Amino acid sequence: MFEGWDAVVLARAQFAFTMSFHIVFPAFSIGLASYLAVLEALWLWTGREVFINLFNYWLKIFAVAFGMGVVSGIVMSYQFGTNWAVFADKTGPIIGPLMAYEVLTAFFLEAGFLGVMLFGLKRVGPRLHFLATLMVAIGTLISAFWILSANSWMQTPTGYSVNAAGQYVAADWLEVIFNPSFPYRLVHMVLAAYLTTAFVVGAVGAFHLLRDPHQAGARVMFSMAMWMATIVAPIQILAGDQHGLNTLEHQPVKIMAMEGHFESHKDGAPLYLFGWPNQAAGKLEYAVGIPKLGSVILKHSPDAPMAGLDTVPRENWPPVVFPFWSFRIMVGMGLLMAGLGLLSLLMRIRGNLYDSRLLHWFAVAMAPSGFIAVLAGWITTETGRQPYLVYGLLRTADSASPLAAPAVASSLIAFVIVYFAVYAAGVTYLLRLMAAAPHHGEEGPSKDAPARAAGITPAAGAVTGAIR
Amino acid sequence: MSIPVDLAVIWAFIIAFAVFVYVVMDGFDLGLGILFPLFPKKQDRDVIMNSVAPVWDGNETWLVLGGGGMMAAFPLAYSVLMPALYTPIIAMLLGLIFRGVAFEFRWRTTKERNKWDIAFAGGSLLASLAQGIALGAILQGIHVEGRHYAGGWWDWLTPFSILTGVALVIGYALLGATWLVMKTEGELRDRAYGLSWALLFAMLGAIGAVSIATPFLHVQYTQRWFAWPNIIFTAPVPIAVAAVTVLLLRGLARKYDYQPFFLSLALFALSYAGLGISMYPYIVPQSITIWQAASPENSQIFMLFGVSVLIPLILAYTAWAYYVFRGKVRPESGYH
Repeated sequence: MFEGWDAVVLARAQFAFTMSFHIVFPAFSIGLASYLAVLEALWLWTGREVFINLFNYWLKIFAVAFGMGVVSGIVMSYQFGTNWAVFADKTGPIIGPLMAYEVLTAFFLEAGFLGVMLFGLKRVGPRLHFLATLMVAIGTLISAFWILSANSWMQTPTGYSVNAAGQYVAADWLEVIFNPSFPYRLVHMVLAAYLTTAFVVGAVGAFHLLRDPHQAGARVMFSMAMWMATIVAPIQILAGDQHGLNTLEHQPVKIMAMEGHFESHKDGAPLYLFGWPNQAAGKLEYAVGIPKLGSVILKHSPDAPMAGLDTVPRENWPPVVFPFWSFRIMVGMGLLMAGLGLLSLLMRIRGNLYDSRLLHWFAVAMAPSGFIAVLAGWITTETGRQPYLVYGLLRTADSASPLAAPAVASSLIAFVIVYFAVYAAGVTYLLRLMAAAPHHGEEGPSKDAPARAAGITPAAGAVTGAIR
Repeated sequence: MSIPVDLAVIWAFIIAFAVFVYVVMDGFDLGLGILFPLFPKKQDRDVIMNSVAPVWDGNETWLVLGGGGMMAAFPLAYSVLMPALYTPIIAMLLGLIFRGVAFEFRWRTTKERNKWDIAFAGGSLLASLAQGIALGAILQGIHVEGRHYAGGWWDWLTPFSILTGVALVIGYALLGATWLVMKTEGELRDRAYGLSWALLFAMLGAIGAVSIATPFLHVQYTQRWFAWPNIIFTAPVPIAVAAVTVLLLRGLARKYDYQPFFLSLALFALSYAGLGISMYPYIVPQSITIWQAASPENSQIFMLFGVSVLIPLILAYTAWAYYVFRGKVRPESGYH
């Protein structure tokens, strides 16, 4: 079986599959860790019970999601070697240290304090416990810093030289880490993670408000999530625009593919809303576009000329249909998010935030919007830099391990079966947790202390902590 | 054999340290999974799982450091070993997935709890066996041409690699059993004592079998261990194994709480040192040395800054987490 298959195609399918499953969990847990830190801080500050109830409610969900992110993440860190050995050998001197720093500064911090965060409130007291929560939240952000630096270097490599063995070697570490696309990608991704979490929290809040508009926990989380949507979604659109301009400067071919610009436009490029990219014919079929708007957005001038894929050798074209359509899906989600944010602001001003069933149904429907946008955005940026793995330097086709197709195919099948089985169960448990409303005396993942969450205030908790 | 002190050697020790910490810390977690089927009562299983629930994630992170650190410090070795160990590595990853999610999923369902108990036990067994097999496959040698692995995808499977696989499963189970002796009470602890005896003798048998088989793999291993003057440095290893064994037998006979676990760790440390003696200075035995595989100096120095500050810090807060959850785990005070 599979003897006739192309091992590189199978390895790419495996990476795309395992990566797509992995990325949704960090995207969610980065935002959720910060949200938990905010909830615990509010509890410590105000002493209001609703905050500790919400904290414990989301902590149980965090524990499940984080566990799934960890186990799928370990797969990623070994897959560079198993399936992409040439890539690992050639870029190891640069990518390796960035990932090693991620492990040392982020993974250990998260894992080291996670146990205390999940199970240790009674043992260490509220203040130390808050410190642990904070460390986990900071850890997720540091993790994003390093992994996006590594990814960005592969998109826009700078600060390197090539040694005698053909390996890429750092010439200047600061230039490697802070490569041109990194700041934009980092901001865009962290905001995306925050929005992803906000729309899940908002949907869960809305779901329980639909059942009971007076549910205290649901009101608080819905309001908090809608503030995020109102404020952060527009900021994200701005950040995405800046990221796009950065891409135009450093990876113009990716922009051509995203925009469907097969042809060069000497006096102003249109903004194509829809169409079907025909890679073989080199044209965008059934195109619906607004004249000159492409140049306005990307060059801030209606008549600015824009080069198209016809200026690029065909062997350097990305598979246009992927970045073209995934980009539109991401932007569509972004606009819907901003729309919900705006609508919620209107309802808030009118005093209908907690009774508008329309708003609540809209928010429930938007629950997966962050995940869809994150996946679509990653497909845009990762397929848009093809056929390269390290942009302009190392082709994907030249990066794979010397493996027989049956080996890669078997492992791909194994991953598909295991991931579907495990993730189906995990998502079921997550949805079950979310389907229950946060209530008075909500317990965390720990049944350590039956009375703990029920009535203690931060101050009383501090006393308990001191006694222990 | 004299060892020069340069960056490649320092990094070899750092990676070896990370892998050892992983083996020590995730070893007892995995061992608990291996022993899980022997404890069918729900209450016992709850206690067993709770005894590592707060720390398993940190324990597993050392595996990521071992893999990631190797890619960073010895990219050539990483890119040769991973394809060579393709099947065992994938099996290990899948095993770790089942084992890892079981920690959370088990508490989220009553109907399907049994399913996740099987996932926990099966995943732990598979991951342990795969790690032991990978170790054997490395020791027996890997076919390298140029900068690439040049063998097939079943080369790893030999009687020797199966032996090391089984040996590691036994070793992890011993760590798990002595961990339970330390962390539990009553009937559960008594059963763990009984298992520790059996597993200790099995482990000694496994150490003996691997020690006898290894010199036959390559004449270099034989010379490394038995040629004069090397034997001055190598002879203390088996002598120390004998001494630790005596102490361990005494600790078990006197039903000590802590000694059996830490002496089992000492057995692991000695076996690990023996492994280092066999392999040095190769990172891919008999084909790639640590100097050939080393990253450029500026990569290794860049990381050395981080490691020298962060590893002590990591060890400190990890120790704190263990301290927070110190003492015996009782059924009524489970964390879940």
